[in-house]
Amino acid sequence: MKTQTYTLNLGPQHPSTHGVLRVVLELDGETCVGSKTHVGYLHRGIEKILEDRTYPQVIPYTDRLDYLAGINNNLAYVQTIEKLMNIEIPERAEYIRVMLSELMRIASHMVGIGIYIMDLGAISAVFYPFIEREKILDMMSHLSGSRMTFNYLRIGGIAHDLHPDFKPALDQFITEFPRFIEDYHRLIDENEIFIARTKKTGAITAEKAMSYGLTGPNLRASGVNHDIRKTNPYSIYDRFDFEVPVGENGDCYDRYVVRMKEVEESFKIIQQAYKELPNGPVMAKVPKLIKPPVGDVYHQAENPKGVLGCYVVSDGTPKPSRVHFRRPSFNNISIFDEIFIGHKIADVVAILASFDFVLGEVDA
Amino acid sequence: MEFLNNIFVYIAQWIRETLAALGFTPVWVEMGMGTVYLVSILGVCTLAALFYVLWERKLAGYIQYRPGPNRLGPNGWFQTVADAIKLLTKEDVVPCGADKPVHLLAPVFIFVPTVLALAVVPFGKGMAAIDLDLGIFYLIAVTSLSTIPIFMGGWGSNNKYSLLGAMRAVAQMISYEIPLVFSLLGVVLITGTLQLQGIVAAQSNIWFVFLQPVAFLIFIIAATAETNRAPFDLPEGESELTAGIYTEYSGMKWALFFLAEYCNLFIVSAIGVTVFLGGWQGPLLPSWVWFLIKTHLLFSFFIWIRWTFPRIRVDQLMNFGWKFLVPLSLANVFITGIGVYIYYNGLGW
Repeated sequence: MKTQTYTLNLGPQHPSTHGVLRVVLELDGETCVGSKTHVGYLHRGIEKILEDRTYPQVIPYTDRLDYLAGINNNLAYVQTIEKLMNIEIPERAEYIRVMLSELMRIASHMVGIGIYIMDLGAISAVFYPFIEREKILDMMSHLSGSRMTFNYLRIGGIAHDLHPDFKPALDQFITEFPRFIEDYHRLIDENEIFIARTKKTGAITAEKAMSYGLTGPNLRASGVNHDIRKTNPYSIYDRFDFEVPVGENGDCYDRYVVRMKEVEESFKIIQQAYKELPNGPVMAKVPKLIKPPVGDVYHQAENPKGVLGCYVVSDGTPKPSRVHFRRPSFNNISIFDEIFIGHKIADVVAILASFDFVLGEVDA
Repeated sequence: MEFLNNIFVYIAQWIRETLAALGFTPVWVEMGMGTVYLVSILGVCTLAALFYVLWERKLAGYIQYRPGPNRLGPNGWFQTVADAIKLLTKEDVVPCGADKPVHLLAPVFIFVPTVLALAVVPFGKGMAAIDLDLGIFYLIAVTSLSTIPIFMGGWGSNNKYSLLGAMRAVAQMISYEIPLVFSLLGVVLITGTLQLQGIVAAQSNIWFVFLQPVAFLIFIIAATAETNRAPFDLPEGESELTAGIYTEYSGMKWALFFLAEYCNLFIVSAIGVTVFLGGWQGPLLPSWVWFLIKTHLLFSFFIWIRWTFPRIRVDQLMNFGWKFLVPLSLANVFITGIGVYIYYNGLGW
């Protein structure tokens, strides 16, 4: 029988493209035989805008890259400038930065995991992680007055010390969170349908993952032990005791497992940082007008989605000459066109969801 | 008590006598009664759909730690009415390039098998509109018709998502029809009758769910697939096909599909109760109350399943149906047959 392939436009408006990603699929029945991913529907030209902003004015823009983990983006940027200007920041600020980064990692992974399971069809599974995320966002809004775009870190420290409401909220979170992790493992881990849908789906070998520049949980799921927090510690990550979870097969199931384990490790870091939190100032002495010396600097940080690199060129004026972000989601999704082929539509959706990308970061 | 138990039977009797007293010939009395039955079935159908739409939303809310609809009326119980009014007043959109008659007729036709099936369901003692000798056979024949309007909707919409959904729906509903039929056959073998009232009467001592546990399990799975609900909601497949067959439907046409889904699930629950859970039999309460309680519980079980499991993939669905459910249901029929033979004839030596 003579059959014919056809084109299906998955996105830019589609429930499972997490925003405005557009994937043009070439389908043979239900099976994908070709794919072309289009990005750019959310492009705001952030990097160009930043050339006309002063150094502190850049910080709120970084919140809008990976808007699910604003603090981590803030951190990567302010540390780049601190590196450029050789600013030593107070202990307490470092601890708070790490604690908040890890909280945001949990919040981001809660969205990633929740939406992932929801895209596989289990709609209720999105609500339980979102409840935990809501607690974190509430804490953050005590600190910064905002739930997602915090603008809380500053070049040389943090905007202001912890709010009195923050500590009770964090205490409550620390007591309640392990229960959630346990329940969620019971709900999802051994679900036959979940395993059938995700095991051996979208498997990526370690070589391929590295050659496409994958980072973060997506890379570690393929069995590559690479985490900037361990390999090239920034801030004070070398003081904490935590593991880097690594997968084996690089399939959708491993990406889920790695994220869940990473959440537990982040939880450990938060507990340690909270226990050792020193007193003192939260802001270093920095000039009123920030004018870094002429030169360029590259700094990278381990974000929830992968390695966020920040490259800043300074020409000695109060405005950066050039700012470039290596956005992990953008690099991660470059592998899509290759791994979609041979999978069913349902698998394509599962792979999309398992990558946990954010369009704000893909398009910048 | 006796009066409450037979209240609907008395009402039917009273209407029949009134019609006869008014001087209608027996043919016209029968015609009049037919109309009364049809109206009451439509009433049950609509009320069940309206109630269960809300009940599902409430229960889903409970499962997901949220209140669910709670604004309109006491505890939000009028929400569905408001939704229906809103949907009625919406613009009727027909996509260009759609096969218009097919597109428009699909949501109407989807109610036909639903109403036809309700005609034989025994709601209580002596409370079936028509008590056919071939009850189960008729039910199976009629419910399998529901594939056609779904395919019409998918084909007539001129949308690739709809077409994919329609292809999935046809493949799925035809595959799962077979285990569904075989799961009911086990009970038919035991009772030796296809009549639904007879099957209910045969369960006065023990429910068939205890004699046919495997068949009940197969029935639950196949029924979920037949009604296109999660984890077998592939034809709709929200996260994959946006809304599958319903993608191009809006307003009241969409609402009809939506209500039909709940009617179908109500019927499937009713069949499950009738065949496996003792039908309207139960102590103390009137028979029709027992029937409604059991149907409600089975329906709630389907809702619980829907809000818990992820969706299965299309090839896994086919494999599961043909390589597992069909052989299992055949084996169940075979073993039941041997058991029934031994029960009636002894071991023969």
